[in-house]
Amino acid sequence: MSSRLVELKNITKSFGNVNAVNDVSMVINKAEIVGLIGDNGAGKSTLIKILSGVYSPDSGEIFIRDRKIEGRWTVAKAHEAGIETVHQDRALAVQHTIARNIFMGREITGRLGLIRVKKQYEEAERLMREIGFTSKVFTPDSVVATLSGGERQGVAIARALYFEAELLILDEPTTALSLTETQKVYNFMLAAKEKGSSVLFISHNIYHAYDIADRFVILDRGTVVMQADKSEIESAERLVQHMKDFARAGHRAPG
Amino acid sequence: MTAGTLTSTPRSRPERRPLMAFVRRNRRAFSALLIFLVLLAIFTILNPKVFTNAITYRAIFLSLPISLFVVVPMVFIVASGEIDLSFPATVGITSWVFSAAVRSGWEPFAALVPALLLGMLIGVVVGSLVTYVGLSSLVATLGMNFLLRGIINMGTEGVAIQFPQMRSTTLWQVFAGRIDGFPIIDDFPIHMIWGVLFVALGWVLFNRHKFGTQVQIVGDNPDSATEMGINVFRVKIAAYVFMGIGATLAGVLSVLVNQNWWPTTGDGLLLPTLAAVFVGGTPTWGGIGTVVGSSIGAFIIAFIETGIIAAGLTGYVTQFFNGLVIIVSLIGHRFNGPRYR
Repeated sequence: MSSRLVELKNITKSFGNVNAVNDVSMVINKAEIVGLIGDNGAGKSTLIKILSGVYSPDSGEIFIRDRKIEGRWTVAKAHEAGIETVHQDRALAVQHTIARNIFMGREITGRLGLIRVKKQYEEAERLMREIGFTSKVFTPDSVVATLSGGERQGVAIARALYFEAELLILDEPTTALSLTETQKVYNFMLAAKEKGSSVLFISHNIYHAYDIADRFVILDRGTVVMQADKSEIESAERLVQHMKDFARAGHRAPG
Repeated sequence: MTAGTLTSTPRSRPERRPLMAFVRRNRRAFSALLIFLVLLAIFTILNPKVFTNAITYRAIFLSLPISLFVVVPMVFIVASGEIDLSFPATVGITSWVFSAAVRSGWEPFAALVPALLLGMLIGVVVGSLVTYVGLSSLVATLGMNFLLRGIINMGTEGVAIQFPQMRSTTLWQVFAGRIDGFPIIDDFPIHMIWGVLFVALGWVLFNRHKFGTQVQIVGDNPDSATEMGINVFRVKIAAYVFMGIGATLAGVLSVLVNQNWWPTTGDGLLLPTLAAVFVGGTPTWGGIGTVVGSSIGAFIIAFIETGIIAAGLTGYVTQFFNGLVIIVSLIGHRFNGPRYR
């Protein structure tokens, strides 16, 4: 049994003339935390949207547990494969309740497609307790627009928790979060790994990324320029130095 | 309401009293009801005799169901973040198909089938223009309204279809007949019951069904919906198909009630329907809406037209009064709960 959970082979995606992701190959193993880093416009978010099924790649192959994905790669297929994504924009409908947001697109339905409102409420309540919604002010019927940034992030994470992610993807999970909230998100990632899930996350803060990740993938202008285990990089400063080098090399030989 | 609750931060409080929680959740529908009650009070004071008489309400119930069949789907369209100005022509063209089929000897129930299919097809076409082709729904549906009405005009050259024998058909009796000895209102128009059932169906679809929930989420934030795997285009097209079904039912009902089909059938529905939806508390910005509120809105609009005349005022004040009610009720909804987007 291989330890590979997800493998991308020669993935390319362009928007018009822009090659957002160019011939990317990478592996995410079971129960590891991978930090995806790179400058603005390196293609990190595009790569994550491909993994989560929002974008279908122009070319290349996706393997889930060594099985090749046939046909169009979609969000539904990603969900089915156990890939849960906390998108950068949290993917919330702010005029709606916490419960409705958690089950967005995957409502718990009974007969005739009718939603089991009470069941959704109870599940949402349990999840809110689990991720530590300490504030007693909120119930699953609270409208998301009334929540703070960290609490909204909590709703997006609760969603990933309910559907038991095998690969949890977080796009900039800690931007606009307070220090305590950031720590909570990191604890959550570590707990997921403890349970045997894998985590892929984007962070702008390389020092944070260095602390928590087992492995790093560095993207630059749509291509993977480096993949390294933490053991191969002695410090966060070293990681920053690598990134600077790649950026400089890119400037010297554009394209 | 004190000034304090208006200015305090809009944090939702867990409600200990279930009744208050219910009112709070449905505040848009309740404010529509309040507007109606205020109107009722004004009219009753102006002419107590007329507005305590059941016949006045029977007159309203004769025409109201026709607009309910288009108001309910319009709530879905508006909540999905779009608009539909083409439904009056859909009402016209589907009821034309129905009338022509009955005229050429079809059993009225059977004639419903091609009319409904056409209505749904128009929904698919309009929905596809708005989604796959990416046209603005405001302009695309405006164009479709002219286009479809143009087809009616070219096909009929202005000739109406009359049905003096309509009352003897089973369809008429089931769908547009009267109930003798109905409590309070004798000779109760049976289609009012169908209208209320349609509103109930709309409420369930909107609030308790996957379809309505996804319509609202798509209208709230299409990007989030896409990221969570909802097919935004398909949901929006489904809303237009629902509109096509509602428009067909409205058109057929109008033919049954009037025992006549005119090339202009449906034309007069556009502005009253939109007014009803918004007066009833469905906001213009999409993502949320209220089926019950907007149905009460339809009642309010129908009530004004009948009420003005019955209250002894001249018909010349109807438009002024309509406008006044629309503006005042929008101001009411504006201050009744925060706007999040």
